Amino acid sequence: MSGHSTYEPKSAVGKWFESRLPIMGLIHSSFVVFPNPRNLNYFWTFGGILAFMLVAQIITGVVLAMHYTAHADMAFNSVELIMRDVNYGWMLRYLHANGASMFFIAVYVHIFRGLYYGSYKAPREILWILGVIIFLLMMATAFMGYVLPWGQMSFWGATVITNLFSAIPGVGEVIVSYLWGGYSVSNPTLNRFFSLHYLLPFMIAGVVVLHIWALHVPGSNNPTGIEKKTDKDVLPFHPYFTVKDAFALSCFLMVYVWFAFYIPNFLGHADNYVEANAAVTPSHIVPEWYFLPFYAILRAIPDKLFGVLAMFGSIAIMVVVPWLDSSKIRSGNYRPVFQIFFWLFAINAVILGWLGSKPPEGWYVIASRISTVYYFAYYILVLPLLGLFETPKSLPASIADSVLGKGGSGSAMASGAASSPSTKG
Amino acid sequence: MIRVATTHASASAEPTRRDFLFIATGAAGAVGLAATIWPFISQMAPDAATIAAGAPVDFDLSHVAEGQIVKLFWRGKLIFVRHRTADEIKSAQNTDITSLRDPEADSARVKPGKDQWLIVYGNCTHLGCVPLGNEGAFHGWQCPCHGSVFDTSGRIRQGPAPINLPVPPYAFTSDKAIRIG
Repeated sequence: MSGHSTYEPKSAVGKWFESRLPIMGLIHSSFVVFPNPRNLNYFWTFGGILAFMLVAQIITGVVLAMHYTAHADMAFNSVELIMRDVNYGWMLRYLHANGASMFFIAVYVHIFRGLYYGSYKAPREILWILGVIIFLLMMATAFMGYVLPWGQMSFWGATVITNLFSAIPGVGEVIVSYLWGGYSVSNPTLNRFFSLHYLLPFMIAGVVVLHIWALHVPGSNNPTGIEKKTDKDVLPFHPYFTVKDAFALSCFLMVYVWFAFYIPNFLGHADNYVEANAAVTPSHIVPEWYFLPFYAILRAIPDKLFGVLAMFGSIAIMVVVPWLDSSKIRSGNYRPVFQIFFWLFAINAVILGWLGSKPPEGWYVIASRISTVYYFAYYILVLPLLGLFETPKSLPASIADSVLGKGGSGSAMASGAASSPSTKG
Repeated sequence: MIRVATTHASASAEPTRRDFLFIATGAAGAVGLAATIWPFISQMAPDAATIAAGAPVDFDLSHVAEGQIVKLFWRGKLIFVRHRTADEIKSAQNTDITSLRDPEADSARVKPGKDQWLIVYGNCTHLGCVPLGNEGAFHGWQCPCHGSVFDTSGRIRQGPAPINLPVPPYAFTSDKAIRIG
């Protein structure tokens, strides 16, 4: 990595401190002079957005925990007290609840960015797998957080998700009663979910550190998918990417606070304002929107064990994507046939989400099955085979060439930093 | 530990005293670790109060009208008490059990001579939702979550649930009263 340990403390105190704990030098080399490919587009700003969202969720969450009561008899009312009595409690809760949705919007953009530009390919496999682990931890955290208000959706969501483990042959029932701490979802369940909901974000933060560490070994991938070679290919992180990330974050925050202040319950379910009742399941229970594609896969298969395996498998398969994709070309920009399958995959994922929100009957079930087949076929048929048959477009000689238009008409580019790279293949 | 042990083994055929100490220390450590982990796993199980709350409950059937389904709780689990009509009993008894996913005769799911009383757990055996009574193709129950359909004997007929609604342990204490548990 160029730009490593160029930090020179100016003050005597700075020198004294740096010789004992060289943390300023680490920050300087990681987030000030770190060389990023100069052609990163706005899809690369979502890492920073995600880091912001994690911090925002932890801050709002820690404050909410000061007012929340994790008891089956009191949890629902304590949430209502947060909404009505606590100063700005309504705002903190809406920021936290909608923050979860925004977190998932950002992570899905981030994941699809990686899938399109081949960011999972060598040498970034570990980086990618750490990302999958973060995604799993996020899902567990969001699920347990949704249980805490102890509304009808909380209760029945918890019942359905914990019952997934009862599909394990032999020991399933025992595992489920150990998850519940009882014979059904009940007060012990709520207590342990609260404890874990508080713990997991800090585990996410830990894995994020590893994720960034693994990122900073090869550096960021970029829209061309070719590695940086010379200093002409890169720009320092600060000010070029700090400013770009800050601008993208500002735009993203406008959407976030629009939801929190104007349509705070748009992504929620009215049923969750009804207190949990173990005797009645809401007539139409669905998980939060960010779980819907996986929920559709679960319901597409008319067998309990295989449905559960397919659902977990649909996430687990992402771990092996780096070895399933046989193409040596990273970026989808240079893979004309891949682009077709990729966008079908993206549309298919949205359709799966929509199907997950529909009742499990009639043609919805048939459509779910077709979509589920394509979801898996993309990973286990398209990615391995496409690399063998597809003729990629010719790659630019370097990142700088792709930005500065060398070899093309390339006349009127005023400056490399200001030019807009052709990122649409 | 392993690397050191194998180096020794390849250098001399006889294991040394140090090899033994490595293995013995490791084994003792593993046992200690398992013993330490055990309480952290065991605490997740239903606690003593939860188990104690599973004492039997008595239920008076005389208020349950024919065709009615009543819900009650035992050990925190939902139980359906269904007073079946003659038609419902007949359709449950006349089912070809070889065609069932979880073959079970209706007579095995009720007490002898008490064909009108069906007592089953009220959570779907798929993922635990509460099925809606008198719904579905067999007029038993239909689950609103994932579409499992149960007949008037609580047996799984369509959808993803793998087994029939289980029958809880219960007995008739008189002609019109049962004790569950």
